[in-house]
Amino acid sequence: MADFKINIVADLESLKDKVSAARAAEKIRISLCMGNGCLAAGAGEVYDALKESLEKHGVATKSDLFDEGVKDNINYTHTGCQGMCQHGPLLQIDPENNSDKGITYMKVTVDDVDEIVEKTIMNGEVIERLLHKDANGVSYKNYKDIPFYQLQTFVTMKDCGRINPHDIREYIGIGGYLGLANALKSTPADVIKTMTDSGLKGRGGGGFPTGVKWNFCAKETAPKKYVVCNGDEGDPGAFMDDAIMDGSPQSILEGMRIAGFAIGADEGWIYVRAEYPHAVKSLGKAIEEAREYGLLGDNILGSGMKFDIHIKEGAGAFVCGEETALLASIEGKRGMPRPKPPFPAHSGLFGKPTIINNVETFANVPKIMLLGADVFKQNGVEGSYGTKTFSITGDIVNSGLIEVPMGTKMSDIVYKIGGGVLNNAKLKAVQVGGPSGGCVPADKADVSMDYDSVKAVGAIVGSGGLVVMSETACMVDVAKYFMTFTQSESCGKCTMCREGTKRMLEILTKICDGRGEDGDIETLEELAKAVSDGSLCALGKTAPNPVLSTLRYFRSEYEAHIYDKKCPAGKCTAFKKYHIIPDKCKGCSACARKCPVGAISGELKKPFVIDSEKCIKCGVCAATCKFGAIEF
Amino acid sequence: MSCACALDDPKGIEAYVSSLVEKHGRERHSLIPILQAVQSRFNYLPKELLLEVSKQTDIPLSNIYGVATFYAFFSLDPKGKNMIKVCNGTACHVRNNKPIIEAALKVCNIPEGAITSEDRLFSVEKVNCLGACGLAPAVVVNGKVYGHVTPDKITALINELRDKEEA
Repeated sequence: MADFKINIVADLESLKDKVSAARAAEKIRISLCMGNGCLAAGAGEVYDALKESLEKHGVATKSDLFDEGVKDNINYTHTGCQGMCQHGPLLQIDPENNSDKGITYMKVTVDDVDEIVEKTIMNGEVIERLLHKDANGVSYKNYKDIPFYQLQTFVTMKDCGRINPHDIREYIGIGGYLGLANALKSTPADVIKTMTDSGLKGRGGGGFPTGVKWNFCAKETAPKKYVVCNGDEGDPGAFMDDAIMDGSPQSILEGMRIAGFAIGADEGWIYVRAEYPHAVKSLGKAIEEAREYGLLGDNILGSGMKFDIHIKEGAGAFVCGEETALLASIEGKRGMPRPKPPFPAHSGLFGKPTIINNVETFANVPKIMLLGADVFKQNGVEGSYGTKTFSITGDIVNSGLIEVPMGTKMSDIVYKIGGGVLNNAKLKAVQVGGPSGGCVPADKADVSMDYDSVKAVGAIVGSGGLVVMSETACMVDVAKYFMTFTQSESCGKCTMCREGTKRMLEILTKICDGRGEDGDIETLEELAKAVSDGSLCALGKTAPNPVLSTLRYFRSEYEAHIYDKKCPAGKCTAFKKYHIIPDKCKGCSACARKCPVGAISGELKKPFVIDSEKCIKCGVCAATCKFGAIEF
Repeated sequence: MSCACALDDPKGIEAYVSSLVEKHGRERHSLIPILQAVQSRFNYLPKELLLEVSKQTDIPLSNIYGVATFYAFFSLDPKGKNMIKVCNGTACHVRNNKPIIEAALKVCNIPEGAITSEDRLFSVEKVNCLGACGLAPAVVVNGKVYGHVTPDKITALINELRDKEEA
């Protein structure tokens, strides 16, 4: 149970001071990243092993933030995503709780923990081997000096990875809930004005001005209204909302309460996609704690405001990211979109006026209320203010989660922050905005990452997924990948989306299988227009975008598949012909023994041959050959 | 936990569904949480239970069927005891997850076109982006996420599970 309730703003301020003092007194703070990426790399095992090792070495750690009786005053905690997922698990060791003096270890394994405790924690020595090294071999002791972090500007991700997300007091200690206190001191109209002045636009993909949306809903006179947080982050390759929900859940709750105050709602729902069990757990814990501390419930901060929040888990349907489909899903129905108007601001959840904002949008709200619209506008460019989180993945050196001012050049993200393309390969394109977005070719990579500029090059900022592709990626295959995705996720309501995406996928499959014909490209273009025009929601309207953008920049690749029967990237297996290079083949027969269809034959110690008629192009032979003698 | 025995026991089914209705409510918006609870306990939605849910909540069976078939997390067919979910997000696609899926299907002896092995020990599914893109290609085996997976690694993981089953 909470040690005390926060009844008025003064309680909040005194708790903040108490937490700051407790944190300042810590001799060492050890923070292990347990975001999704690090967990997959074994952070769970490292967490337990490090705990055990600390005990074994007699290093006393605090059992609670306010535990002052411990002689060493060391705080060992887990955090949300620290960003550099590719190099996880990440471990941050901050002497005197001062991150400027911190030591950042990467790719920590269970085998490293004893050494970390003995050398670093007990004796302050740095273990060179565990530091991050860039491509030039330069190693970095503190994450702050790594270019990956240095070029970022943290606003929504600021606390993520730096506080224990399962302790509301740590959030309060860094100024949490003071934004809400500011809002409650003013009027709903003033809050909406601040939001409008800040120029914040919806971070989920739509890019609609948040203040304007809130104003529509505030004008409604219905006694019951809802605030809904859209955490159904379905774009493949995007995971920023997961990181915020998992690593800084209180910031979302605070943002939702500010929205509730602004529009006059007393109930909120968070819709989280089912693929994110950690986010569900973290939010659930955060709601429980906020209730215990009196920051959810009746009379919040003595203002008379009442507000409570529920979580709704999704059940695996991409279309539920569309706001009307999401509402239908919360109501227990099939998640199918409906025509707008009426807009949710007028008739939303259970038929009541509702605002729906994305996770990242809500996470921005407390900062705007705390620091003001002008501070928020210091980042970004005209029309796209503030910062934006991006997940950078694919063929890139530093995969991970980043936050930069809107308007940052895409090439800076790929090369300076992302460390360039994997294996020093050449950049071919960056896919931006998931299945609704497009592929931006390498020669347009200096595009400014703001809503308008990205749209002008045929993609969308969307939720911020950037998938970097090198020369080995086939653009027709990428278009086919996204079409497979949207086709299977189409809810089936609109004929054009349901049938049109199916026909487009058939044509793309045909082209990749080497059966493309003259006229296919034109049919694709015609269908793209029909699907876009004839669909109700954004899923169908934008489904052709990956095809259109690859056709715009990589038309010659489509033509090579259709007319020359070649896949220039060498990805489409239909065009592959495996053959053995006689000079390299030692005649060991390993490939022939592995071939599932018996297509390889020959005499021992003499070069073997592949019968291309029998070959099913599975690639087992090439993977088996130790001499690199099999090529396609 | 799968518990097939309970399905031939109407009293047991009634009591189980009634406990779910008590926890989640009998309103329309309670339906998805109820189905999620059933799915996580049985790994699929048994017909007997859906009939009982309809009876106790007054939600027509046709509507329940509509919801159950709409969402990817629900399945009307029994799944394998061990779930192997191969992430099919963009990053995993770009980093070539196809040989991993093929290897998993092969080592689990899953017939072509099916997702579950005949002995119901394994199901192999392609799933939407798991958000572990930094470690692509990623696979979830019985709830645990593995990164940088190769065909050999998945084969070894599955063989390990099979050894445990046979032990």
